[in-house]
Amino acid sequence: MSTHTVTLTVNGQEHTAQVESRLLLTHLIRDVLRLTGTHFGCDTTNCGACTVLLDGAAVKSCTLFAVQANGKSITTVEGMAQNGGLHPLQAAFREHHGLQCGFCTPGMLLSALDFLKKNPDPTEEEIRWGISGNLCRCTGYLSIVKAIKAAAKEMAAGGK
Amino acid sequence: MATQTSQSLGGLGQSVKRKEDVRFIQGKGNYIEDIYLPGMIYGAFVRSPFAHALIKGIDSSAALEVEGVLAVVTAKELAEHNLAWMPTFAGDTQAVLAGDRVLFQGQEVAFVVATSQYTAADGVERVEVDYEELAPVVDPHKSLEMPVIRTDKEDQKDNLIFKWDAGDREATDRIFNEAEVVVSQHTEYQRVHPAPLETCGCVANHDPVTGHTVIYMTSQAPHAHRTVFALVAGHVGLEEHKTRVVAPDIGGGFGNKVPIYPGYVLATVASVLIGKPVKWIETRTENLQSTGFARDYHTTTELAASKDGRIRAMRVRTLADHGAFNAQANPSKWPAGLYSICTGSYDMEAAHVEVNAVYTNKAPGGVAYRCSFRVTEAAYVIERAVDLLARELDMDPVELRRKNFIPKEKFPYRSPTGWVYDSGDYHAAMDKALKIAGYDELRKEQAEKRARGELMGIGISSFTEIAGAGPRKQFDILGLSMNDGAEIRVHPTGTVTARLGVKSQGQGHETTFAQIIAEELGIPSEKIIVEEGDTDTAPYGLGTYGSRSTPVAGGATVLAARRIREKARRIAAHLLEVSVEDVEWKDYQFQVKGVPDKAKTMAEVAFAAYTNVPDGEEMGLETTFYYDPPNFTFPFGTYICVVDIDPGTGEFKIRRFIAVDDAGTIINPMVAEGQVHGGLAEGLAIATMQEIRFDEQGNLLNSSFADYLLPTAVETPDWELGKTVTPSPHHPIGAKGIGESANVGSPQAIVNAVVDALSHLGVTHIDMPITPWKIWQVIQEKGV
Ligand code: FES
Ligand code: FES
Repeated sequence: MSTHTVTLTVNGQEHTAQVESRLLLTHLIRDVLRLTGTHFGCDTTNCGACTVLLDGAAVKSCTLFAVQANGKSITTVEGMAQNGGLHPLQAAFREHHGLQCGFCTPGMLLSALDFLKKNPDPTEEEIRWGISGNLCRCTGYLSIVKAIKAAAKEMAAGGK
Repeated sequence: MATQTSQSLGGLGQSVKRKEDVRFIQGKGNYIEDIYLPGMIYGAFVRSPFAHALIKGIDSSAALEVEGVLAVVTAKELAEHNLAWMPTFAGDTQAVLAGDRVLFQGQEVAFVVATSQYTAADGVERVEVDYEELAPVVDPHKSLEMPVIRTDKEDQKDNLIFKWDAGDREATDRIFNEAEVVVSQHTEYQRVHPAPLETCGCVANHDPVTGHTVIYMTSQAPHAHRTVFALVAGHVGLEEHKTRVVAPDIGGGFGNKVPIYPGYVLATVASVLIGKPVKWIETRTENLQSTGFARDYHTTTELAASKDGRIRAMRVRTLADHGAFNAQANPSKWPAGLYSICTGSYDMEAAHVEVNAVYTNKAPGGVAYRCSFRVTEAAYVIERAVDLLARELDMDPVELRRKNFIPKEKFPYRSPTGWVYDSGDYHAAMDKALKIAGYDELRKEQAEKRARGELMGIGISSFTEIAGAGPRKQFDILGLSMNDGAEIRVHPTGTVTARLGVKSQGQGHETTFAQIIAEELGIPSEKIIVEEGDTDTAPYGLGTYGSRSTPVAGGATVLAARRIREKARRIAAHLLEVSVEDVEWKDYQFQVKGVPDKAKTMAEVAFAAYTNVPDGEEMGLETTFYYDPPNFTFPFGTYICVVDIDPGTGEFKIRRFIAVDDAGTIINPMVAEGQVHGGLAEGLAIATMQEIRFDEQGNLLNSSFADYLLPTAVETPDWELGKTVTPSPHHPIGAKGIGESANVGSPQAIVNAVVDALSHLGVTHIDMPITPWKIWQVIQEKGV
């Protein structure tokens, strides 16, 4: 199995690793960098538990090879909090009970982050479509939708 | 010090924000896959491509040539250690690895151990298994005429697992013979899979020097699992005192993580044999094809009634498909679980229920998927049948339900199948739901739409659940009493560590159980830490499923706290220099009766318990309590679903869903609502999407989330909730448990709504999952 050197920036920090060509980006993030907030929930790009930001856009990291992230910048859930404070989305998820088992939460947060960048003042219906690539088995989504809506307000007010 | 209130303490009834969220929102949860141990190696399964076949040989040589593959374990190796078979919670035996034959597609045939998960997968591809295909038994209805599947069981002469019945057959038949009206309907409650977002997994770490083994596993019942490990594998060193089962954070369970799976056993055996930590994590496909499915109940339900709409009796005949091993997780003496709760919310003279369970060449299971042992199936058959009767009698389904509800005055109510319902007020929940829905207007709108050729339906479900297994006289799993323990330690500085035998999978126990203790001890909930899931530290308990945490472990927690308060009161009397009788617990502190400013807080008493102990008293302030619930709890509610159907395409939209629940005392309203939301979404999934399907050869047709569909935020409506509160008279704080009601109560509300929309066309039933395709076919057939 051929190996490659990849260099990428994760949550602002540069990393270089020697990887097999077939290594999935999720495994690089989890097994090599030990950032375990990025989860696996399926084998078929359906659940979104593995969502990270790749150069600012939400991607399902289980569907990319690590080598495809060479030279790119990645944000995982561990990189969301800024200056020691929670990101407004993180705070809103707690405030509005937008999580239960927490397994979908990192992916859900990052999808929401990307979505709000594109649509900072969404309706609830738009939020539902915005997170439709992420499955949650616990919450029945309503509280997630409310949390994202509240975070959008907060982010607009805080200029984030 | 200002007087404490329930609100300032974060006590009972407060929407306290969850403690566990702090780590989850920052990616700092610790789920099974997040466990990395030094020197850890990985295991993966070779699985059968056939539903039924003989194994003629297994050749591992090519696999062992792969660099990094360390071992290939087969049934032969397991048999050498007497580990080829394991008991199921239902008292059957299950092959840990298939020996001479495979009995379902996806069955575990060999376990490849390698230095990485990628290498393990390479190894799996290179194991050659020689199969000779046999005809599979796929259709449960034909199972009894087919050759015996379980040839390993000597006295198994056919494919019947059990025949079970409850109620009074003769009395029921008598009423049916003389009844003015009888309705009958066959329903297929399809096979579904709980599919929590996290699959199952295990990291086993055997230390060859000390002989101790730590098994991290996705376990809803860590203590019971350790006991089973000890019973099965004590002879290879897994004795209970040397084995520690740890259930870390769990990414959803819903019953899927109750049984013991071969993966847990193999990871552990491999660790014992190789002396290194072994990790096994299921893929999603493996999860759907081999671990605990649910339902698969095929039922004919009949109701006998009078012409004016009095339900007199119920007759239920069910065929249950349990797959190749009877691995359901029911209380041992209750093979069909609590299915005889099927008379539901209605007062009737007699009922008789019969269940025949059969083996088929499908994955084993029959787990209690977000329900208390077959209660979901029970609620479905009665609520569908009541709707059918309403139609037959041309009565409004609300009116018929109201007419037959067990009246409030009749509680405690003894049901015709022998349950004693603790408390209920069904009319109140119904009235509230109708009010939120605006029922009369909805019916008006429906009539107008119908006149215009539009399809709109309103579905009702007034369910009664049974939760909190259970009283130990009758309820055990493999002999283990279904009781649960709580340990509370009040530290000298007035903070608390509590440990429980149950295990949260997202329900928020770290928060809600701290609230219970805060309320009982007057210590703020943020100063209370709740730990679960570690058999080395937590008191024994049977775990979390069947909505049993609050009814059983909740009871244990309250009574442990009260026991602590008794001792604390004596210490307070000593500090206050009065007799114990003169001290009362008021406003969350100990006060001298009639002299409220002569008082001691629990924190002050706790300090004294370690520094200034009165004569004759033991030092310290801690206790463990095992709670044996005197009865089940019986949560209930009324759900109303409104659907619109496109007559051209069969597509439907759930416009509104109203859920009024009564689960007695609510510990944390925010968390309780979250539980209802989640349960409703799973009910929606079952009613409209989820179905594990097989072809005639026993091939699983949908083994991924691309074809085993779960709802996204788009298909999920805005849930509208309401509640009534009828406390349980026997639970120490009146709580009944809320985790599963919504999943028990909702599927039939959706089915009833769709059938209602089509009823004027003569449609009386559509089996779940109800899809646009099914509706479209019905519409074509009825010629709209
Ligand atoms: S793990 Fe499910 S989409 Fe990536
Ligand atoms: S919180 Fe459990 S899957 Fe979303």
